[in-house]
Amino acid sequence: MDFALTDEQAMIADTARQFFAENSTSARTRGAMAADGVDRDLWRAYCQELGFGGLSLPEEFGGAALGMVEFATVAEAAGAQVSAIPLLGQAMAGSAIAAGGSDAQKGEWLPRIASGELIAVAAECADLKADDDMLTGRCDFVAHGNVADILLVIAPGGAWLVETGAKGVTVEAHLTMDQTRPLATIILDRAAGTPLPDASAAASAAQDSGWICLAAEALGGAQACLDRTVAYAKERVQFGRAIGSFQAYKHRLADMMVEIEQARSAVYWAACTVDEQSGDSALALHAAKSFAADTYFKCAGDMIQLHGGIGFTWEHDAHLFFKRARSIQTLLKNGNWHREQVAAMILGEAA
Amino acid sequence: MKLGFSKAEEDFRAECADWLDGQMAGEFSDIKGITTLTAKAERRKEWEQQLAAHKWSCIGWPEKWGGRGATLAQQVIFAEEYARAGVPGRVNHIGIELAGPTILTFGTEEQKARFLPDIAAGKTIFCQGFSEPNAGSDLASVRTKARLEGDEWVVNGQKIWTSLAHISDWIFVIARSEEGSQGPKGLTFLMMEIDQPGIDIRPIEQINGDAEFNETFFTDARCAADSLIGAPGEGWKIAMGLLAFERGVSTLGQQMGFRNELDEIIAAARANGSASDPLIRQRLAKAEIGLHLMRYGALRMLSNSDHSKVDGAALTYKIQWASWRRSLGELAMDVLGQAGEIGTGPDYEWDTLPNLFLYSRADTIYGGTNQIQRNMIAERALGMPREPRGVA
Repeated sequence: MDFALTDEQAMIADTARQFFAENSTSARTRGAMAADGVDRDLWRAYCQELGFGGLSLPEEFGGAALGMVEFATVAEAAGAQVSAIPLLGQAMAGSAIAAGGSDAQKGEWLPRIASGELIAVAAECADLKADDDMLTGRCDFVAHGNVADILLVIAPGGAWLVETGAKGVTVEAHLTMDQTRPLATIILDRAAGTPLPDASAAASAAQDSGWICLAAEALGGAQACLDRTVAYAKERVQFGRAIGSFQAYKHRLADMMVEIEQARSAVYWAACTVDEQSGDSALALHAAKSFAADTYFKCAGDMIQLHGGIGFTWEHDAHLFFKRARSIQTLLKNGNWHREQVAAMILGEAA
Repeated sequence: MKLGFSKAEEDFRAECADWLDGQMAGEFSDIKGITTLTAKAERRKEWEQQLAAHKWSCIGWPEKWGGRGATLAQQVIFAEEYARAGVPGRVNHIGIELAGPTILTFGTEEQKARFLPDIAAGKTIFCQGFSEPNAGSDLASVRTKARLEGDEWVVNGQKIWTSLAHISDWIFVIARSEEGSQGPKGLTFLMMEIDQPGIDIRPIEQINGDAEFNETFFTDARCAADSLIGAPGEGWKIAMGLLAFERGVSTLGQQMGFRNELDEIIAAARANGSASDPLIRQRLAKAEIGLHLMRYGALRMLSNSDHSKVDGAALTYKIQWASWRRSLGELAMDVLGQAGEIGTGPDYEWDTLPNLFLYSRADTIYGGTNQIQRNMIAERALGMPREPRGVA
């Protein structure tokens, strides 16, 4: 038992933090927001130069064979800059193929997903009809679906890979509040799917890594909201004093930190339980996703409030955090749903 | 980063559990499940001695002073098993968790030899004399005076909120030893025997009907000249060092007590049907999640060898658990409904959950109020300007 990052993990975290802080600037993110929601240069550099695209994928398929703890440190760093990259889809589709795909599927797709050559996304599709692997149905609110090359469809009856350029696939991009991760509708009309042999392993790996990704992004984002507000509190003077000297202001900063430290415990607890395959992993994941998302939203909202008028302007970055936080709250099930799962567990009602 | 325990550690857990369960089923079954600080105090002093006799009293201390030099993981395991087995809290927790570590860190070899084995053995029960009527949140403005007369310190003044003073043998106090000094300067940290004519203890009745803390009056109270920790005038430094020990492994044992409380609420919710209320379900889940985050927060705090990094985070722990427990008390009453407002005896006696509801209002006050905690977090962890001081 040692609940601290190892030296190697701390090095990965530092490298990632430095990479995103240097490269994922506000100007570049805003450029991506005005286009299709992807900072392509950042994505290429992340996957290829930094080589983190396949962090938790097997080595023989272009990965680094590390775990969710390492991935969480990286997602945290990306979240801290509200980076416009399709990290969520890469993590979900990549881990799903690694967990439930055939060797041929792994060889065909994983190296290209890890290198960023292909943008992969994952979506649940509740009313999917599969007729001899010809898929018909509608996937709503697919994160970065607008730029996807390959779609992992998860449905009650299985999991399939669908190439978005194939016949029968229509992608409708939507104007999305969080422009760093636009949502799209993907309609399948007898589109050809390649089934993954172990759909349930794929679905659960996708879910685990998706929840970790969002929770860690939320943690990084929340910490960035606090850090930036702390910096502002020191420089902004009113009534002849730095505004950070007022208790009403200070106490709100302290409350942000209290939540963030809990979110940090939640994220790394959850990541450890997935890596160690321990029995409380479902509980930890529900806790991490719901708690970190709520923490991020609170901190981003407080960031706007504590910056005053400037925090409400388009020019200031506060709204990037605020909108990302709102989007994370709903993505991959909202907080109430996660807490209801926890309630059912502790009340002894779980299936 | 690793959360699992090794085979050897799991074996140690089994050893702890065996011994504790055996005690609670045997010789000490009469104290099993007690949740208040003071009930059956005499029997619990015997329990302290039993722990010491089997070297389970202060396992993290060096062997030389009655400990086992246990690793962090072992201390975590013991704290968890202790609470799981339904063993009541340590009546000498102030001695074991505060006085002991303070003496270990700041005391002389002679003081260590004199106090540590007796603290570990439950022979010397300690209480803490910090707060005064006019020095609560503003602890540095203590007025209790100490002056050196020949080979003795003579102490005059009043302390308040001294938990467990009525069952303690010794008290540590911070007193002003430099005439005319103000604030944190000129204070001295003294250890005094309670059973003497100059010390008078009067219990204070609390909102839950109990009386666990006291007013303590010092009228020419005395202790030997070498009863001080550190040097004269270093009292504030020692007191602040002591308060840092509050965030040690003992927090994990405290959390296991919280676990029992939450389990009781969950059982009550199932029994009376409130478990079908979606809002209650959300709050139960939040409480469950919050409890786990407390555990992993404490493990993170204890695991991190880079203390410069973790100190800021450690400052958030008090407000975290105190606020969590206050909400838990409110949740308990919402689950119980009006049944929670009915006492169990003529003497203003309460079942665990209504008592939790009342008692938890103290959690966000003692040991530094939530407001003071927020100041500390903002100033020390986030670097905000300090509160301006008024003129005394």
